[in-house]
Amino acid sequence: MSTAPTAVGLGLLACEVCRLVSRAPPPGNDAHCPRCGVTLHARKPASLARTWAFLIASMILYAPANFLPIMDTSSLFGTQSDTILSGVAFLWTSGSWVLAALVFFASIMVPLTKVIALAVLAASVQMRATWHPRTRTRLYRLIASAGRWSMLDIYVVTILVALVQISTLASIHVGPGAAAFGAVVVLTMFAAESFDPRLIWDILGEEP
Amino acid sequence: MSASALTVCLECDLLNRQVPLPQGGEARCSRCGSHLYRRSSPDANDRSLALALAACMLLVVANVFPIMGLEVQGVRSSTTLLDAVRSLWNDKAYGVAALVFLTTIIVPAAELIAIVWVLISLRRGARGQGAVPMLHFIERVKAWGMVEVFVLGVLVSLVKLTHIAIVEPGLALFSFGALMMLIAATAASFDADRAWTQLEELR
Repeated sequence: MSTAPTAVGLGLLACEVCRLVSRAPPPGNDAHCPRCGVTLHARKPASLARTWAFLIASMILYAPANFLPIMDTSSLFGTQSDTILSGVAFLWTSGSWVLAALVFFASIMVPLTKVIALAVLAASVQMRATWHPRTRTRLYRLIASAGRWSMLDIYVVTILVALVQISTLASIHVGPGAAAFGAVVVLTMFAAESFDPRLIWDILGEEP
Repeated sequence: MSASALTVCLECDLLNRQVPLPQGGEARCSRCGSHLYRRSSPDANDRSLALALAACMLLVVANVFPIMGLEVQGVRSSTTLLDAVRSLWNDKAYGVAALVFLTTIIVPAAELIAIVWVLISLRRGARGQGAVPMLHFIERVKAWGMVEVFVLGVLVSLVKLTHIAIVEPGLALFSFGALMMLIAATAASFDADRAWTQLEELR
């Protein structure tokens, strides 16, 4: 494979904010975009270390996010705790199959897939893998844009807590799982933001 | 070397030569296929300004009126988005309250105001105060405005509540639905690359 012309190979830097291409300064100098003034980096600084740090933090919080209740309902008949999964089960058994599938996808599939996919991407770069760079880049784009949909359950809890609080019949309160779940969503978004897909392609360029 | 004729892919670092595009066309990286640049219609700035201003107004309506009301055994309750954030806060879920407040109110509002600011200063032909930091801000917070996810969350909670009570959708529910579409339309028509080029020409 012939070496493709990359910005780094030609001593150029691209601004990640305004996309202006400029000449890299001599080594040791900080580069700033001549048009918009941000600090320029050839690659995101400490990309893999940051990605792993956020990923590991989100993996640790993944268990409390899924096993602790995200909301507690207390009524005349006692107290009931709901986890993410029991919320999906409620929708399923009450006949709202489409919504059940949607919530299952957004709250369970998306965070899990995102953590696994980012770990695979980061590991593939560290193992200097050369397989399917285009597919891996596309995978990265997909998970970076899909992560936001996991916030769905947080908003559901927000509305339920606000509406079923003053009622005499029942009151709903936020459970400890909600904070953990919110943290997982935020941490995986940070992890995706920290990963630099250009690292996937750098390995191909270094091949003899 | 003319730097303007070259563009770099931000996802694989490949140097691409810029080619003229038909109106509405989009250029993708020849190696990894990610978005490089597009040619938006000549009136894209005015169109996104109109959309962003409309969205600003709807944002106010959506936050003033109740999202939905509930009736259980004759007792009525209703909530606006701010009430909902406040009840999370009172429930000592400070982190969750802050997250909801930021992603549904602060970021969408700030982003829309920043877009309006940039487009108005471009229209006036003045390199207005703060247009550059505003464009930076828009780029940074883009991922954190989640009105469309919130709308879906409201619909899910509506379905859940219909099993235990009589639910009345409020004016803000429809406002948020419309706001979601206006924000999407604003984002689709707002051309940040063009804004950067025009700001540079004004310098």
